[in-house]
Amino acid sequence: MSIILDKVNYVYSQNTAYEIQALKNINLKIEDGEFIGVIGHTGSGKSTLIQHLNGLMRATSGGIYYNGQDIYEEDYDRKKLRGKVGLVFQYPEHQLFETTIFADVSFGPKNQGFSKKEAELKAFTALRSVGLAEDYWYRSPFELSGGQKRRVAIAGVLAMEPEVLILDEPTAGLDPKGRDEILDQVAKLHEERRMTIVLVSHSMEDVAKYVKRLIVMNQGSVMLDGTPGEVFAHYQELEAVGLAAPQVAYLMHDLRKHGILAQGTATTLEEAKEAILQAFKK
Amino acid sequence: MNFIEARKLVHEYIRRDEEGNVESILTALNEVDLDVKQGEFVAVLGHNGSGKSTLAKHLNVLLTASGGTLWVDGKDTKDADNLWAIRQNAGMVFQNPDNQIIASVVEEDVAFGPENIGVPTSEIWKRVERSLKSVGMIKYREHSPNKLSGGQKQRVAIAGVMAMEPKCIVLDEPTAMLDPNGRREVLEAVEQLNKEKGITVILITHYMEEVVHADRVYVMDHGNVVMQGSPRTIFSQVDTLKSYRLDVPQITLLAYELKKAGLDIPDGILTRQELVEALCRLY
Repeated sequence: MSIILDKVNYVYSQNTAYEIQALKNINLKIEDGEFIGVIGHTGSGKSTLIQHLNGLMRATSGGIYYNGQDIYEEDYDRKKLRGKVGLVFQYPEHQLFETTIFADVSFGPKNQGFSKKEAELKAFTALRSVGLAEDYWYRSPFELSGGQKRRVAIAGVLAMEPEVLILDEPTAGLDPKGRDEILDQVAKLHEERRMTIVLVSHSMEDVAKYVKRLIVMNQGSVMLDGTPGEVFAHYQELEAVGLAAPQVAYLMHDLRKHGILAQGTATTLEEAKEAILQAFKK
Repeated sequence: MNFIEARKLVHEYIRRDEEGNVESILTALNEVDLDVKQGEFVAVLGHNGSGKSTLAKHLNVLLTASGGTLWVDGKDTKDADNLWAIRQNAGMVFQNPDNQIIASVVEEDVAFGPENIGVPTSEIWKRVERSLKSVGMIKYREHSPNKLSGGQKQRVAIAGVMAMEPKCIVLDEPTAMLDPNGRREVLEAVEQLNKEKGITVILITHYMEEVVHADRVYVMDHGNVVMQGSPRTIFSQVDTLKSYRLDVPQITLLAYELKKAGLDIPDGILTRQELVEALCRLY
């Protein structure tokens, strides 16, 4: 099971004076069970890219294959695809609309054609998996804090039981604890259910901590693709395109310069701590 | 008198049912005391729902107190006659740049504020030029705002506030929606206004790294000010901050962890430079 993008191009407002090529010749393979981060400055094509993965946007040219099937085939069920590839937009809490949290989360599976009972069962499981306490479930979603609302919105997508979960900046505007809570829940879904995760983020520290593969978008193309350690080693190139490496990656660089560390490409706090303690043991 | 002084400032959000009976009361500010001197750079931290934004909205009288008193530039915010004078002196910048830009050309957007308060045309143009220069956006003066990046839009919003020639600017999570580059642009612009023009800055943020250069930090929790002090004093209390759902900058946390593991590193390390120096001394 995988998603394959083959020479995907996307042009906004084609054949007008405002023509912009948002995606240029994208070739990617997303394997089953991966945890992928996507970074890039505003306007680099991140959001356009992820909206192609569930067929919400249609490539101007090129092909997309989900589990080996061409999603642009005449008789391919793209509605079903959108259930399998769940997309959580930026500020998803703006899309909450039902009178109770439980009703809001049940809406997705009901819309997919499941019976009331089945839909409610799925909503139950989804709300459990985002860790929202049961005494909230029958309240209005508008009574919740920012972080709680966001978890309800994510539950709404999880209730459709997707195989792939794509999140577009799920932590924007949340306090530090709220950020950790959301990302820990996502990491748990990845570990326990082997769900494929694609996380779009502006926080280099977050992607370094959670993802195993990092894709850097720049001007509609894939600029780098590798482990966080490999990608952040190119910190100068990243800065040139408006990004940066996590603070600790710069620290490791400084320590190498001062001869304290022989090597070290740590990108997370734990890795850095270990490398420094190791150096001081000698 | 300080530029901003709050004494036992209270704000209650009151919910009423259809008959007008009180259903519930949420105390968003609970007897808050705040002192900000002219020219200071003050940061306010706190988790979602801690009362930060409610406080910000009091500073330019978008909200008025349920109790206590707030003076801005020596004027009591309770007195309706002071409303416009205070708003002119305490400009606000919000989280989403797209909600704050109204004109189709950058310079017209910046001119909107002064035009609205009846500044003569020739003076408006001078102000537009000055404020766009002060945030490094002068070369975009004739551009359309919707073609700008998030950081650029946010700087135009700041220029719009600067054109009102305020003494103070209040920024409510101005970088929450920006990429790393945009975040840096906005922060640099704000720090420059503070240093070079002596503008008083109140910065509300969830990014601990942005607070490192502030003169003073206030931490809010459930409507109360629970901590205040220099960034160094605040960030040396890692566990206390965590109990308020906050964090410390990554470098500070690393220094704290290394210290716990037995390395002799001072408390309250704030920057990479400081940690490198501390480690070099030990090596």
